[in-house]
Amino acid sequence: MKTKSNLERVLEAGQFAVTGELGPPQSADSEVIRRKAKILKGHVDAVNVTDGQTAVVRMASWAACSIGKEEGLDPIVQMTCRDRNRIALQMDVLGIAALGINNMLCLTGDHQKFGNHPMAKGVYDVDSIQLVKIVKDMRDERKFQCGEEMAVEPHLFIGAAANPFADPFEFRVARLAKKVAAGADFIQTQIVYNVDKFAEWMKMVRDRGLHERVKILAGVAPIKSVGAAKYMKARIPGMDVPDSVIDRLQGVSKEQVPKEGIKLCIDIIDQVRRIEGVAGIHLMAIEWEEAVPEIVEAAGLLPRPKFAP
Amino acid sequence: MRNTLQERGKAVSGSVVVDILCDSTLTKLKLRAYKKEIAAADSILVLTDGAGVQTVAEVVNKVVHPGCNTLSAGGAHAEWKEAERCLECGDCMLEFTGGICPIARCSKHLLNGPCGGSQGGKCEVDADIPCVWQQIFDRLAKLGQLDKLERLVTPKNWSVSLVSGPPVKRLS
Repeated sequence: MKTKSNLERVLEAGQFAVTGELGPPQSADSEVIRRKAKILKGHVDAVNVTDGQTAVVRMASWAACSIGKEEGLDPIVQMTCRDRNRIALQMDVLGIAALGINNMLCLTGDHQKFGNHPMAKGVYDVDSIQLVKIVKDMRDERKFQCGEEMAVEPHLFIGAAANPFADPFEFRVARLAKKVAAGADFIQTQIVYNVDKFAEWMKMVRDRGLHERVKILAGVAPIKSVGAAKYMKARIPGMDVPDSVIDRLQGVSKEQVPKEGIKLCIDIIDQVRRIEGVAGIHLMAIEWEEAVPEIVEAAGLLPRPKFAP
Repeated sequence: MRNTLQERGKAVSGSVVVDILCDSTLTKLKLRAYKKEIAAADSILVLTDGAGVQTVAEVVNKVVHPGCNTLSAGGAHAEWKEAERCLECGDCMLEFTGGICPIARCSKHLLNGPCGGSQGGKCEVDADIPCVWQQIFDRLAKLGQLDKLERLVTPKNWSVSLVSGPPVKRLS
């Protein structure tokens, strides 16, 4: 065990892991975090707190994680390279570890043009793969990126993202290999709606033996409306939403769509669970945290493993 | 330079001075006279700013090495669009990307790209912007150098660039 992370324990125990997601508010309201945390607690092994997702200003992930930890969650801080240089990133790693947060997901970050401050200067001092290595060296070598040593190192379970639906398709697995080589402990993928393509990607992953070196969690998400599905298809970077998904949702009445969107999610969980090399799921019920308990239960994923402290 | 390279055990099969290498049509025309030598070489060393290196890389089907770190174009930006390909970052990495610059041409100036937003050869920022990492991948595949993409490129030295370095020092 490299850290005190609950997620790490679940994965090390060989259990199928479930992570959830919590979006912080576009305000200073901590109650939103507490409310969402209470819904998710006990239904997932760890919870991602997004960091300025789609470049929209929200409460910082590390702060929301700290509140989430008070509510009994095992939070996963998300850090993007869009907004912070290597100095700020390493400073935040120290602070996050000092707050007792155990997990970090290292991301490049959606371009600032997607958000509500498109005129902001994008930093991108380092990229996600370099960030993974920076955090790994801080943890395992006790060294900063400049080479200097630190007295007390951060113990973070390191995650990275992977997108089986981006291009060049033939290179995506090679890029995953770079993240593994840089030190990623776990991977969360972009939301899977195109299960065939995901299965194809997983085969390439297995061919390289990467599933044995890093734990891969398949991204899944329920869909609330046909509009939401179309939005994801057209406007969210890196998404692959097949027409069959839109058709399925259009095939039921408007009131029935959320129910069907949850069923769709459960179906996909069933399918990805059977793919060799998938170590868990990352359930992103974006702004719909209430759906998580129902989905996790219906997918047969309760109760979540508990370990003695 | 020829002597320096030969002292280090490199076989230099030829050298030529070509005026203005930043326009691809012009460059293609001028390099035609050296078609044989270029074909016979394993690689080409280009001693120009980054724009020149990229234009040569675009018109010859050979591995191209950048010989200089471009600190500044000194105000001598040419009129051709190819001149926009060099951001004068002072820490040239064209060696690792098949002669295509991700600092100037990637919206996030990634060194280990592409990001997860690259789809259909387009950048997530704008469908009119090609994903340069797709272009780099295609170029390296053509040159048989895809292994270059497997290595982790370490964080960049921005202190010599226009973005971070002191501007006055650079030009004096």
